[in-house]
Amino acid sequence: MKRLSDDRAKILFEKLSKFVGPNVKQLIDRPDGTYCFREHRDRVYYVSEKILKMAETFGPDRLICVGTCFGKFSKTNKLKFHITALNYLAPYAQYKVWVKQSFEQQYLYGNHIPKSGLGRITENCPQYQGVVVYSMSDLPLGFGVTARSTMDCKMADPLANVCFHQSDIGEYIRSEDTLF
Amino acid sequence: MEVVKEILEKQQKDLEKYKPITVEKHLDCRIDVGTLLITDPNDLDEGLLKENKEEYLKDITRDNLQLLINEIWTLPTERVEESIVAVLPLPTTSLPRSRKIPGPKVMTKWEKFAKEKGIQKKKKDKKVFDETLDKWVPTYGFKRADAEKQKEWVLEVPKNVNPMEDMFQKKIDLRQEKVAKNEIQRMKNIVRAKRQETPRAGYLGPEAASSTQLLTAATIAKASTASVGKFQAKIAKEKQARGIGVKELIPGSKRKASHLSTVPEKEANLDLIRSVLHKKPKIDVDKAVSLQKKESRLEREAMEDGGQRKKKGGKGGKKGGSGGFKKSKGGKKPKGGMGQRAPGKKNAIGRKRR
Repeated sequence: MKRLSDDRAKILFEKLSKFVGPNVKQLIDRPDGTYCFREHRDRVYYVSEKILKMAETFGPDRLICVGTCFGKFSKTNKLKFHITALNYLAPYAQYKVWVKQSFEQQYLYGNHIPKSGLGRITENCPQYQGVVVYSMSDLPLGFGVTARSTMDCKMADPLANVCFHQSDIGEYIRSEDTLF
Repeated sequence: MEVVKEILEKQQKDLEKYKPITVEKHLDCRIDVGTLLITDPNDLDEGLLKENKEEYLKDITRDNLQLLINEIWTLPTERVEESIVAVLPLPTTSLPRSRKIPGPKVMTKWEKFAKEKGIQKKKKDKKVFDETLDKWVPTYGFKRADAEKQKEWVLEVPKNVNPMEDMFQKKIDLRQEKVAKNEIQRMKNIVRAKRQETPRAGYLGPEAASSTQLLTAATIAKASTASVGKFQAKIAKEKQARGIGVKELIPGSKRKASHLSTVPEKEANLDLIRSVLHKKPKIDVDKAVSLQKKESRLEREAMEDGGQRKKKGGKGGKKGGSGGFKKSKGGKKPKGGMGQRAPGKKNAIGRKRR
């Protein structure tokens, strides 16, 4: 368990701000106690300080996971979010995409969203913007990146990808052993 | 009688010249007869030392030497050709080595493998009985080659081999190849043994160092400031050296980053977030200038185009509001280099535009 180095913290906040924009502050500046980010085995964990202090009594080789795993740093120092981060991304998300009922299952198997599967999309969403994907009943299913801006979506043909898949809740089953 | 008395007196006088063979010491001296060594633990008398240093030290040395000689005389002696000889016992003092004790010999690749697999060396007989020659033949060394020659005086040429090939020469070649291979393996073993002694830290020079060694050297050098490299500028895509035992070499890296620090983590994080959120895209001046140039050029072209058409008195001066330059795609012949240009290549085709 260690504090994120400055460059890694920067990478993390840049990535977070892609999804939640200025709401990143609310992850750090919380009224219900201090929360912080910690790095362990190249993974980033979001933990309350109370739990962190208890967890620090364990050696790094004994510890598997603390708090919420946000993602993992690759060997080239790029951060990849895990689906476990969805709990904190969804409430603060600025841009959202809703999938049609018929496409929900396909999305949960890890497919990109074509225009035919798109139910709704936030207005004025730019291209390559991090978005949280919802079902039509407003259940967060995962997150991804828009392949086209909202304007372009209107013009796109039905099979063209609108949103690139990054992560979905199907991963809780599919990649159970590598998730935490 | 007088003569005897005289002699005795003379002897007495002679003896007075010498000091007695018994020596009194406050503390016993340690004597190692094996190395003919005596160690005197007694303190020196400061007053006497200052008074007459040389004489005093000489006296002490004589006394100690007397003790050593006394000790030697206690050993059993024998007489060999007019001289008295004693056999010294084994030395009890252990002397320090001048060089370090050599480490264990580095195993060759085969030895290592054999040890792993539990293969044991079998001793070969020096001579074996050869049934074709009907006599005992050495397995190696003197007269072995001779015996081989006698045994294989003729060699069969297999069917699949060129009949003109010299089978004897082939055999010699094969053997030489084996010898060469063994030599290479021997060299490799030496290299392997030597490599363990090469230093891990430090700079070996651009020829000798591997990329990981260079990276380690760079990282160590960077962290070797008074502030363990905290204020050292970062290079883009800089890599941190890693590997087994590398961290121990980098100054300051052993320090554990705790959750307690001088700047509260929350404030530091909020600062970072602020900088991330207010980051403005960097202006690439070259690109902006080239874009501007391109735009103005297109504009000018559109203007020119329009003027030309007017001169011709053509029907379609301006059709619609779709912008002038699109029209140039009409009937005009294509201009060179209007599309994507290969970067870095000088555009030789077409008219030079200013």
